[in-house]
Amino acid sequence: MTVNLDSMYQEIILDHYRNPHHKGLRDPYDAEVHHVNPTCGDEVTVRVKVVDGTVEDVSYVSQGCSISQASTSVMSGLVVGKPIEDALALQEKFLSLMQSRGQADLSDEDEDELDDAVAFEGVSKYPARVKCALLGWMAMKSAVTEAEASK
Amino acid sequence: MPESERAALAAPYDVEAVRKDFPILSREVYGKPLVYLDNGASAQKPQVVIDAVSHAYSNEYANVHRGLHFLSNAATEAYEAARENVRRFLNAPSVDDIVFTKNSTEAINTVAYGWGMPKLSEGDEIVVSIMEHHSNIVPWHFIRERQGAKLVWVPVDDEGAFHIEDFEKSLTERTKLVAITHMSNALGTIVPVKEVCRIAHERGIPVLVDGSQGAVHLPVDVQDIDCDWYVMTGHKLYGPSGIGVLYGKKERLAEMRPFQGGGEMIFDVTEENVTYNDPPHRFEAGTPPISQAIALGAAVDYLTGVGMDAINGYEHELTEYALSRFTEVDGLRIIGPATAESRGAAISFAIGDLHPHDVGQVLDEQGIAVRVGHHCARPVCLRFGVPATTRASFYLYTTRGEIDALVEGLDRVKAFFGI
Repeated sequence: MTVNLDSMYQEIILDHYRNPHHKGLRDPYDAEVHHVNPTCGDEVTVRVKVVDGTVEDVSYVSQGCSISQASTSVMSGLVVGKPIEDALALQEKFLSLMQSRGQADLSDEDEDELDDAVAFEGVSKYPARVKCALLGWMAMKSAVTEAEASK
Repeated sequence: MPESERAALAAPYDVEAVRKDFPILSREVYGKPLVYLDNGASAQKPQVVIDAVSHAYSNEYANVHRGLHFLSNAATEAYEAARENVRRFLNAPSVDDIVFTKNSTEAINTVAYGWGMPKLSEGDEIVVSIMEHHSNIVPWHFIRERQGAKLVWVPVDDEGAFHIEDFEKSLTERTKLVAITHMSNALGTIVPVKEVCRIAHERGIPVLVDGSQGAVHLPVDVQDIDCDWYVMTGHKLYGPSGIGVLYGKKERLAEMRPFQGGGEMIFDVTEENVTYNDPPHRFEAGTPPISQAIALGAAVDYLTGVGMDAINGYEHELTEYALSRFTEVDGLRIIGPATAESRGAAISFAIGDLHPHDVGQVLDEQGIAVRVGHHCARPVCLRFGVPATTRASFYLYTTRGEIDALVEGLDRVKAFFGI
């Protein structure tokens, strides 16, 4: 086996890591969740605002590695403005990608939908890092579900 | 003069000869020589340990303390001989003071459930240090939750140093137990446990010492330390996983309730009643890790053969060398003592604002294995305001060349992330 760091640390990922989108906690919000990765101590707090079944805003603060930071940034960019069911469907798609161990067979349509998140395909080859990439997405799912339930 | 000291004086430490005893060290990863600096998490195994496991299963395997047939006797003898090896390694007074457990965690839980639960109650205080591993925290939290006991934390200073005065100040009339590490896995800090025991015993307080790291790096004499309990784990001590040790003073083991119930730990069981076996068997319920215990016996004998004083001296030099090389890495901040005094061969550090995962990933690509994470020591990470650290830990087979490789690797990490 060889490793190719560039397959994990795609330029898109490093860009999001250096310049995260949607970062910071904003009001108003309908749900706030706090998720931690107990194996490494990474943590994220995600807030979501839902209006008429659409994710109006995602804001967050997080502490963690470049993969978890970048992934949360990408997630927020993709989810804001989407109907809840589309946001959750995308979360499922990203989860499958991360569980693919580098063997994902993405359709053109999948690639379009996942957009920048496709860059994380390389991370799926590193079992120890998959949880990093999923941290923000799992938190978003909990927050959106919670926000919806509260309505 | 002990034989090991004589050997150390007679010949310089030959790390290359030692490395030949560890087959895995000659392998490559990703086409590069393995640089294994994750020893604090688990040690690699010498051939004598691998052979001991193989020999046990190939020649003298059966259940222990149960059969009357040839193999059962042979296995029981080998298992009990390993207990004697461990006794000798720790200089415990008797083999009856050596309990085989699954690991340090089970050893500490055995004391927490067997001694702590029945003896501690509401308001009683358990003194621990801020740099304990979770295995020496969570069992005491159980007693806090169930009995209302209180955890009292001995601090370390900003350099990660442990001060005996701070320890002394943490003792009160309600202190019923001290549970403290011999050497911090996260900071490398060494605790003067003999002094800790002396001060605690003046007040009639028993002391448990977590030797998971200490027993690997420091010569240990439990009678000299005078601790009430000393625990260690086999896999960090060049032995197999699944085997650990609880040493306890005779009177302490005698007053402990059994932790787990099952075979071997009883005198008699009736429909109405049960009576318990004497220590150490009282605390070894069920079929024990047989080949693991035998191989641990081989591991501690191997260490005695190399000499714990020689190992300690060599690792001290390596630590000094690493600390000095680390000063050349811009942006590297050591979390723990910055000098080799009062610290062992495990060094945690941060590189700028980089997350340890990212540091570890780039090092891995170069064949360098380090630990990244909170080291199961969240309280001390919180104390230093870091979610995690990168840790390089050195064992008896680590070379200066490997430390040089790490320093070069860190340069590559910084270049990769542009810092």
